[in-house]
Amino acid sequence: MNSRTSEILVGLFMLLFLLAMFVLAMKVSNLTSLNSSEGYTLTAKFENIGGLKERARVSASGVRVGEVTRIIYDPENFEAMVTLRLDKAFDAFPLDTTASIYTSGLLGEQYIGLDPGAEEDFLQNDDEITLTQSAIVLERLIGQVLFSRSGGS
Amino acid sequence: MSEEGEALVKIRDLHFSRGSNAIFRGLSVDIPRGKVTTILGPSGTGKTTLLKMIGGQLKAASGSIVVDGLNVGELSRNKLYDLRKRMGMLFQSGALLTDLSVFENVAYPLREHTDLPESLISHLVLMRLHAVGLRGAKDFSPAELSGGMARRAALARALVFDPMMIMYDEPFTGQDPISMGVLLELIQTVNTALGLTSLMVSHDLEEAMSISDYLVVISEGIVVEAGSPEQLKSSTSEWIQQFLQGKPDGPVPFQAPAPDYEAQLLGKL
Amino acid sequence: MSNFLQKFGAYWLGKLERLGRATLFLFHLVAALASLVKRPSLLVKQLHASGVMTLSIVLVSGLFVGMVLSLQFYNTLIDFGQEERVGTLVALTLVRELGPVVTGLLFAGRAGSAMTAEIGLMKATEQLSGLEMMAVDPFKRVFAPRFLAGFIALPMLAAMFSAVGVMGGHLVGVEVLGVDANAYWSQMHSSVSFTHDVCNGLVKGLVFGFVVSWISIFEGADCIPTSEGVSSATTRTVVYSSLAILGLDFLLTAVMF
Repeated sequence: MNSRTSEILVGLFMLLFLLAMFVLAMKVSNLTSLNSSEGYTLTAKFENIGGLKERARVSASGVRVGEVTRIIYDPENFEAMVTLRLDKAFDAFPLDTTASIYTSGLLGEQYIGLDPGAEEDFLQNDDEITLTQSAIVLERLIGQVLFSRSGGS
Repeated sequence: MSEEGEALVKIRDLHFSRGSNAIFRGLSVDIPRGKVTTILGPSGTGKTTLLKMIGGQLKAASGSIVVDGLNVGELSRNKLYDLRKRMGMLFQSGALLTDLSVFENVAYPLREHTDLPESLISHLVLMRLHAVGLRGAKDFSPAELSGGMARRAALARALVFDPMMIMYDEPFTGQDPISMGVLLELIQTVNTALGLTSLMVSHDLEEAMSISDYLVVISEGIVVEAGSPEQLKSSTSEWIQQFLQGKPDGPVPFQAPAPDYEAQLLGKL
Repeated sequence: MSNFLQKFGAYWLGKLERLGRATLFLFHLVAALASLVKRPSLLVKQLHASGVMTLSIVLVSGLFVGMVLSLQFYNTLIDFGQEERVGTLVALTLVRELGPVVTGLLFAGRAGSAMTAEIGLMKATEQLSGLEMMAVDPFKRVFAPRFLAGFIALPMLAAMFSAVGVMGGHLVGVEVLGVDANAYWSQMHSSVSFTHDVCNGLVKGLVFGFVVSWISIFEGADCIPTSEGVSSATTRTVVYSSLAILGLDFLLTAVMF
């Protein structure tokens, strides 16, 4: 094998590797959402987040508009503090937007749904969404049903 | 032993063993400058090992090897490499790099150790290849060469750096009469034309006798006899006579050391 | 009994000695890497030998492994009505585990054994001694380029394996079994993390590349220079490399995930 041919083939090899990395970074995983310069962040406090995880979807009317970047427990208010990052294309959510934790399907993963309110002003970077609705925890729900049944009878 | 002042390689009281097998037990020998010296000995006496020790690839257990005033065993890595640049070695198989052409093989030491321009390298290589008669085979791969041609190509490579000394490891084994003749001729002309020192190990008596100025016979780890071919022929040592005439039995027994045959057959052991 | 103990002890002492020699060899190898800066062409040649030559087998295997994974996961997940998760599972399995591990095993069999055999034959035909006598360090000219090439090539091949495997999963899951293409990719996209999954997979590939190249080159350089010695060294390369990959994979997984 003369050295020119092998150099060309090694070049091709490198190119294929870059292509593979591109696929892995852009299509398979979520490197796209890593660059924090794009978009803006909001926070929301929930009483209970259920099984919500970092990198969960944030959607409005079922359309993906951003993702959960951080979840911490706020020991002062005994609440979970969730940081969301939204794409900068969706920068017009009214101040009284509600953030709720939903489950996709019966057993699917949990995500945050945004339901826009009616205010004239929009949420800005680092604002807090004050209206939140916690996750529905199945055990608690069953417990409530049982309780109300026994209480009602 | 030859005159002290002229010796290029001085070996003193060399000990070396491989496992429990002692190969050298106090070997002392001088290799004179500018001559063809052959180390003779039965197979398995460590002739190739000796060459490797002179080249610094193996270290002696005790004793010293001094090449051109430098004690090989005590040299730092860099100094040893500098010394090796002044030595050429021709391996039994030629040891050409199989992934390079003949031309590139001969050019290899130049490319490794110098920054000479391509045209000069080409000149030097072609000169050496011409000297060994392989200029026409410069684009062959080593696999396409016959054994004799491979050795000649390797000789060209060993010569490309103009060494002060060249070592041949069994250069005649397995050669047909013609390539044998070619090699003999080459070794001799190289030695006289370039004025270098040739050190050969061999067990091909006749050929060695015909081109050597000085012969050293080693056996059982020590020098048995040393001298010019004539001196050796007229030696009175029974051992030398057995070796020179190739008698199957004599001081060197036909049988490997073994317990008593009769006793073993009768199952007394 | 004491005879047995003696043999047992001698056997393990021998192994220990080899391990020591291999470690010293590694130090030598790493120290020789710097010399490659001056000779990048040697590296390119070895990248061709170990990377490009292993590419076809890696791509074909990756495609089939991805297809099989997709089929198996689909058959299990369909019972729970979660078949759109096929993409996530295929991608995670490939990127975290099978990509680096299977590529490592294929690499050991294809490139590692070739390295051992080549170096072993160079030793048997006195080429290594020849280099040394030309004042050329075989560590710099023969071993280091192969080592670095293996180290680099394996993670690259693993990435290509995973990428092709995900495509194979798409082929079977979406085109044949009818999972929604959008779900396949978007579920995958939201569950696979680049830093956590893809990068850790690459780190695994780097570790395997390091170990396989080390074993292959050491076995070649340490073999008995006969045809028998070279053949058993080649076998040892494949066996030790495979064991090392599987063992290390467990350790790395325990640490990473």
